[in-house]
Amino acid sequence: MSEKKQTVPFSGTKEQEQALREVIAGHKDEPGALMPVLQKAQEIYGYLPIEVQKMISDQMGIPMEKIYGVATFYSQFNLNPKGRYRISVCLGTACYVKGSGDIYNALMEKLGIVGGECTPDGKFSLDACRCVGACGLAPVMMINDEVYGRLTVDDIDDILAKYE
Amino acid sequence: MKSLEELREIRENAKKKTSRYRVHVCGGTGCTSSGSPRIIKRLTEEIQANGLEEDVEIVKTGCFGLCALGPIMIVHPEGTFYSMVKEDDIPEIVREHLVGGTPVKRLLYEETTKADHILPLEETNFYKKQHRVALRNCGEISPEHIEEYIGTGGYEALGKVLTTMTPEEVIQVVLDSGLRGRGGAGFPTGLKWRFAAANEADQKYVCCNADEGDPGAFMDRSVLEGDPHVVLEAMAIAGYAIGASQGYIYVRAEYPIAVQRLEIAIRQARELGLLGDDIFGTGFSFDIGLRLGAGAFVCGEETALMTSIEGNRGEPRPRPPFPALKGLFQKPTILNNVETYANIPQIILNGAEWFASMGTEKSKGTKVFALGGKINNTGLVEVPMGTTLREIVEEIGGGVPNGKKFKAAQTGGPSGGCIPAEHLDVPIDYDNLIAIGSMMGSGGLIVMDEDTCMVDIAKFFLEFTVDESCGKCTPCRIGTRRMLEILEKITKGQATLEDLDKLEELCEHLAANSLCALGQTAPNPVISTLRYFRDEYIAHIVDKKCPAGVCKDLLQYRIDADKCKGCTLCARTCPADAIVGSVKEPHMINQDKCLKCGACMEKCRFGAIYKE
Repeated sequence: MSEKKQTVPFSGTKEQEQALREVIAGHKDEPGALMPVLQKAQEIYGYLPIEVQKMISDQMGIPMEKIYGVATFYSQFNLNPKGRYRISVCLGTACYVKGSGDIYNALMEKLGIVGGECTPDGKFSLDACRCVGACGLAPVMMINDEVYGRLTVDDIDDILAKYE
Repeated sequence: MKSLEELREIRENAKKKTSRYRVHVCGGTGCTSSGSPRIIKRLTEEIQANGLEEDVEIVKTGCFGLCALGPIMIVHPEGTFYSMVKEDDIPEIVREHLVGGTPVKRLLYEETTKADHILPLEETNFYKKQHRVALRNCGEISPEHIEEYIGTGGYEALGKVLTTMTPEEVIQVVLDSGLRGRGGAGFPTGLKWRFAAANEADQKYVCCNADEGDPGAFMDRSVLEGDPHVVLEAMAIAGYAIGASQGYIYVRAEYPIAVQRLEIAIRQARELGLLGDDIFGTGFSFDIGLRLGAGAFVCGEETALMTSIEGNRGEPRPRPPFPALKGLFQKPTILNNVETYANIPQIILNGAEWFASMGTEKSKGTKVFALGGKINNTGLVEVPMGTTLREIVEEIGGGVPNGKKFKAAQTGGPSGGCIPAEHLDVPIDYDNLIAIGSMMGSGGLIVMDEDTCMVDIAKFFLEFTVDESCGKCTPCRIGTRRMLEILEKITKGQATLEDLDKLEELCEHLAANSLCALGQTAPNPVISTLRYFRDEYIAHIVDKKCPAGVCKDLLQYRIDADKCKGCTLCARTCPADAIVGSVKEPHMINQDKCLKCGACMEKCRFGAIYKE
C-alpha cells in the first residue's frame, strides 16, 4: 500500500485511455467488475494515479471514495509508478529463515531507498513480497520477471551491475 | 459433450499415443525459476536435430515435489530421474539415453544410482512414504491438455455423479469419506455442502479459495499448475450437489503460471462442453469464472474473499449469517480450498470407504505439506494423516543441512505455531496439532534449526499480521501493533518482565475479541513460542542475550586474540572501519563503530572471529 505523495506528473496517452475504455466496456453489467478493471488499468498504465481512478469512476459510475478505498486496500495496486527494474525480495517464511531479511536490508542500503520507494533516477524500485513460491531456491528475489535464488549478500553487487 | 460415451472415446484415444519415450520436464514455479523453460527449448532442438520427433514426446508437467533439486526431468517408461539438469547436459542425455538407450548415470538423482541397478523413484527416501491422492496427476500429465487429464480418468467422476447419483447421495459420500477442509480449520466438507444445499435460493455459488497467502506454502499453487482440471471437475460436482450453476475461483495474482493454466483449462473444458450448458446431456449447467486476488492475506478468510469478489475492500463480515445462508452476493455459497477439491473426484470414483481407510480416526485421507526452511529436500510432499513429523523431517525431508540440530517446525503460518523436538513423534492430524499448540493450517511446514531465534520468528509473524490486518476491528488493528512493539523491545534488549506479562494479556484479548480468524489466531506464534521456548524470551529480557545469535542489538562480534594472525583482511573488509590492529598483531573490534554486519566473520580464514 502506498500513501506517499505523488511526485511524478501523470502522462497518459490517448491510446491508453482508449484501451481502458474498451476494458470497462468489456466488463459492463458484470457484478464485482471493479477489481478486474483496476487490474487491467494497472497493466495499461503501470500504476493507478488519481487521474486514472477518476476516469474509472466516471465511466463505471462508481464513487471515487470507493475506488480509492479499493485501490489502497490491496498491496498489488500502486498509486505511484515503479522503477524500470522492479526488485522484490521474498520475505516469506522459508526465505526469511534462510536470511532474506539480510538481503533486503543490504539492498536498501545499496540503493539508498526504503521498501516501497523508487530510486530518484527511476531505475530501481524495491519491495518486499510474500512467497514467490520458489522455496527450493530460498532466499529468492525477483527483478522484473527474472528470479535470482540461493542468494547471499555478496551476490547483490554483481546482480545489480547487470542492470547498469 | 452430450454423453459419457463421448468422454470415454476421448480417453481411449488419449491412451493410444505411442512414442517410445515420454520425457517429463517440470514446468512448476520452482523449476521454472531454476531454468526449466531453457531445458525444454534445448531438448526440443536436440530431438529435432536427431530426428526423434516420432520416438520422443516432451511433456511440460506440474510439480514433482522435489523442488530443491530443480530443474527436474524424468524419462518414462522407466521413470529415470535427472535432477538439477543443465542446458549443456541435454545433448549428452539425448545422445546416450534417448538414442543409445543408456541413462547418463552421473546426471541422475544421486540416491537412485547407489545400488547396482537404477532405483525407481518410488523407492527413494523422498517418495517412499508418500501417498499421492491430491497430487495424483502432478508431474504425470500435461496440465495444458485436457485430453491428458481425461486419459487418467478425468471428468469420469462428474459423469458418474450427473448420470447415476442424486445431489443428496453425493453429499452423503463426501460426508462418509470424512474429508475435512484442507484450508486450515478442518471443517467437515460434506457438512458444509449439506447446509448450503438445504437453503432455497434462485442462485447459489461454489467458490474455490486459491488465495494461498501463508508465506512459505505452495501446495495449492502446485495443484493448480500441475492439475487444474481436477479443481474444475470437483467444483462442478459441488455445484450439482448444492444446486449451483456458477462457480468462482479466487486465485492469487502472484501465481502467474497457475492463473494462465486455469484460463487454458476453463477454455478447454468449455470447448468440450464439460463446463457450460447441459453437461453430458443431463440438463445440468455449470460455469466457472476466475477472479484474481490483489495481495491481501485477509482475503483467505471466507467472508473477506467473497467481499473481494464482489469488488470491494476485502474486509471480513460478521458471522452469522454464515456463507451457506448468505455468502457471495448474499446468496447461499460454499467455499472450499484447492486441495479439498483435488480429493473430491477420487472420493466419488473410489468410494467413501477407500478414502476413510487412510489417515487417523478423526482426520481421514492424506495431507500435502510444503516443506521448506532448514531442510535438505525442500519441496512438496503428500503423506497419509497420522504420519509423524519425524518421518517427514528426517526421512522424507532428509534432515537438517550442515549437521545443525533441529529446533522446531512451524505449521499453520501466521496463524499457527511451532512444534519443538520433543513432539517430533506425534502423529500429525488436525486434533493432535491443536493439542500441542499449533494447527494444520493450509500445509506450510518450515523447519528451523539452532540458528533460528524463536523470538525473532514470533516478531516476523507479527510484522506480517500488522501489515495484513485489514483494520476493520480494533483488537486486531491496534492489538497486533502493540504486540509487535513489545516484541521489538524484547529483541532489542529493552524489555522488562512486565512487558512479557502485557504481551500475554494482549494474546488473550486478541484471541477473544477479534472479528475474524486473522486476528483471533494472530497471537498463536507468540503463544506457542512462549510455551516451548520461554527461556529464549527470558534470555533476551533478563540476560540481554540472543542465544541463537540472530538479534543484532544483543550481539557482539569479537576477535579471538589467540587465533588471529593479524592478516588485516577483516580490517580491510569492514565497511565501518571498526577493526583496528597492526600487521601480524591480533586485531580488535571497536564495538561503538561495529554495524554487526558479519562481513568480517565471513571473510576470516582462521575462524578467529566469533559472535556472542
